[in-house]
Amino acid sequence: MFTLDRLPPGQRGRILSLTGDAILVQRLMEMGMLEGDEVEMIGAAPLGDPLEVRLGDSRLSLRRSEAARVEVQPLS
Amino acid sequence: MTSPSPAAVPPSAASPARRPVVALLGNPNTGKTTLFNALSGLNHRVGNYPGVTVESKKGHMVCAGRHFELIDLPGTYSLAPRSPDEMVTVNIILGHQEGETRPDVVVCIVDASNLERNLYLTTQALELGVPVVIALNMIDVAHAQGIEIDVPALAERLGVPVVSIQANRRRGLDELGKAVAHAVGGAAPPRHPAFPPPFERETAELAAALGDGVPPYLVRRLLLDVGGWTETRLVARLGDTLQGRVGDARKRLAEAGCPVPAVEARSRYGWIREALAGCVHRPAVRPVTWTDRLDRWLTHRLAGTLVFLAVMFLLFQSIFTAARPFMRWIDAARGYLADLIGHSLPAGPFTSLLVEGVLGGVGAVVIFLPQILILFGFIAILEDCGYMARAAFLMDRLMARCGLSGKSFIPLLSSMACAVPGILATRVIEDRRDRLATIVVAPLMSCSARLPVYILLIGAFLTDGYPFWLAGLTMFALYALGLVLAPLVALLLKRTLLRGQPPVFVMEMPPYKWPSLRAVLRRMFDSGWAFLQRAGTVILASMVLVWVLLNFPAGDYPERIAALNASVAEEREKADALRESIAPQVREVRRLARLERNAATADKHDTYQRQRAAVKGQMAPTLAELEQLERRLGPVDEQVNRLEEEWKRGSYLGRIGRLIEPVVRPLGWDWRIGVAVLASFPAREVVVSTLGIIYQQGKVDTEEIREADYAEVADTGLGKALSDARFDDDPARRVFTVPTAVSLMVFFALCCQCASTLAVIRRETRSWTWAAFTFVYMTALAYLAALIVYQVGSLLS
Repeated sequence: MFTLDRLPPGQRGRILSLTGDAILVQRLMEMGMLEGDEVEMIGAAPLGDPLEVRLGDSRLSLRRSEAARVEVQPLS
Repeated sequence: MTSPSPAAVPPSAASPARRPVVALLGNPNTGKTTLFNALSGLNHRVGNYPGVTVESKKGHMVCAGRHFELIDLPGTYSLAPRSPDEMVTVNIILGHQEGETRPDVVVCIVDASNLERNLYLTTQALELGVPVVIALNMIDVAHAQGIEIDVPALAERLGVPVVSIQANRRRGLDELGKAVAHAVGGAAPPRHPAFPPPFERETAELAAALGDGVPPYLVRRLLLDVGGWTETRLVARLGDTLQGRVGDARKRLAEAGCPVPAVEARSRYGWIREALAGCVHRPAVRPVTWTDRLDRWLTHRLAGTLVFLAVMFLLFQSIFTAARPFMRWIDAARGYLADLIGHSLPAGPFTSLLVEGVLGGVGAVVIFLPQILILFGFIAILEDCGYMARAAFLMDRLMARCGLSGKSFIPLLSSMACAVPGILATRVIEDRRDRLATIVVAPLMSCSARLPVYILLIGAFLTDGYPFWLAGLTMFALYALGLVLAPLVALLLKRTLLRGQPPVFVMEMPPYKWPSLRAVLRRMFDSGWAFLQRAGTVILASMVLVWVLLNFPAGDYPERIAALNASVAEEREKADALRESIAPQVREVRRLARLERNAATADKHDTYQRQRAAVKGQMAPTLAELEQLERRLGPVDEQVNRLEEEWKRGSYLGRIGRLIEPVVRPLGWDWRIGVAVLASFPAREVVVSTLGIIYQQGKVDTEEIREADYAEVADTGLGKALSDARFDDDPARRVFTVPTAVSLMVFFALCCQCASTLAVIRRETRSWTWAAFTFVYMTALAYLAALIVYQVGSLLS
């Protein structure tokens, strides 16, 4: 399963599914992470974690472990 | 697909006597606070909701001649409560919060440049049966990004009034007020997102099973929020059969293609997108914003880290250097008041209480006000401009190793100046356990009040005869001690007492904006005032207590001392005047001596030496006169100090000190140190002056110690007295050996001797438990560490 944490910086992906802890999933969805939407990986913090993504008009930061719960399909 | 609401009866008929209540709801970083401040002016008050840590913020607004009560609800992304704190907001809007009136209107403030996500919360508000007015803020930011919004069309689609505002420029506020006034007593919102039929069926069934006790909105939340607060609370109340029922309902929904929680997000965003289509026009290509440009640097691996370190360094430096002149000024004011009182009132216990207990005690705390204000100001600026989130982003990995998150970094860093603003800064931490862990370890970060003790002891014992770098190294080691232990204790807490689900870190990185001077100043003022109030009560009470214990029973000591002082009153006054007259020259000599010691070349060294000799020559006649006076005053001073010491030794605190001596002996202390430590529990800074009294040095100027560099301290009266101190029962043995000095410093490094901090902890956690816990664990830790240091140190030396 290709997940968001593996998306290289600058690349966009289409969200396929969100799995795992219900509270995390709910929080991600509230912030706009929906199946079928696009998400763009901006980059990682200097220490490697957390990651920053662009979702719609917002910039979101989330930990790798959290990004690993989002299955994405890389877009060219 | 929209669903029409049933024709709702307005929640509360606004009778002419009662002012309508308007609630402000919105995402964080949408300018809600700016709007609140703009609408309520300076009329706002902060209070508590019972049983939770979230604060209530209320104000009063006047618009078009009408008066409204304003209530600022905490910024949130959704009304799906996951904790008692989040439940308060929901309860208020539903009208179920104890002691709170149900709002007549809810103003949903949304960021025009991030409309879709912001409206998510609004759609939830639309379901609550209260009239809603949407305040569309930051329309200028949206325009700058090429986003055009057809406001009337949007209002039409959403079914509620939409008012365009710019809260920071105070534009549109009148229209907003009018819209709000119009909405009072009006109908509930006519439209809101409809959920798929299977969901509505399950909700209806569940509602029927639960009966009237649970409002419809909460029944939906019960179904939607897996592991949420509604579920937790209702299951606790109604038992496991409810859990089973809910679980079954969720399973059926998943099978029907409407899994929770996804069904909510899909329904809401679907409705929002439909409503926005045609009302909002965006450029085909997203323009690069200033935030994008800045973040390219500020979150960059190298540049971002450097900028971060620079900002943190600036924070620190400003606290220590910028605050200095103000601290001096406050100390001078305190000294002036003390003199005024000392001269206007007759000598006696009451005067002494005022001067030493009240002024001295409160002064010892108020002197930190400049540092606290600067710290608050800095933090307010960082938060307002949006950099705070970047700081948390950069530090998260490091903090996660300690069981915390990046949001704990700035509170802990601030605690290195003073734990009070540091602990108050933990409000940004949403997770209750993370917040508690941060609060409880914040006092371990070496605060500035510990500096006088460190400087005194290092100066007296670790300079003469030791390599020059030892003093700095010891200071660094003491700071490092707290810095290393804090994360360890936090980790331990998160694994034991505060164990629980790892919190969700997902955090928005808000767009950068210019911090508003008004908002920053208001924050500074509010926090400063709260700090002063606390100093005025808790500290005052504890300092008075310590003073009483240290000064009673007084016997006839006060009279004898007064008599002795009266006998040389004239000489003393003259001596004081002379000292006063050469004070600038004395400071000059000290400054030149410092320069001489640190001179880079032999030439410079000689120059300074010559200059110093010249100044000393100028002072020579005055010094000669002083010397003569000292010859008269000297023996009397000695007698007075001896009497003082006897007096304190026999006082209650002195007796307690001697009682606990066996307990502190293993740390290398004698009863005098014990008394000084006990006396400094309310405010650790006080230890220097207490040591002064106990070691017969009379009044010691703590400010002088703080400003001195190490070599000078060793020469002060107190420094010498400490190095000469001997044990009572073993006069051959020196009390202040290096291991003792270090063990005392280590104790101070780790012990929570600050009533202010404990008071803040109590206030922020709404219970005495955690304040007591902090006090106990830190004292135990301090004792243990001091014990180990002394025992090991003595073995080695």
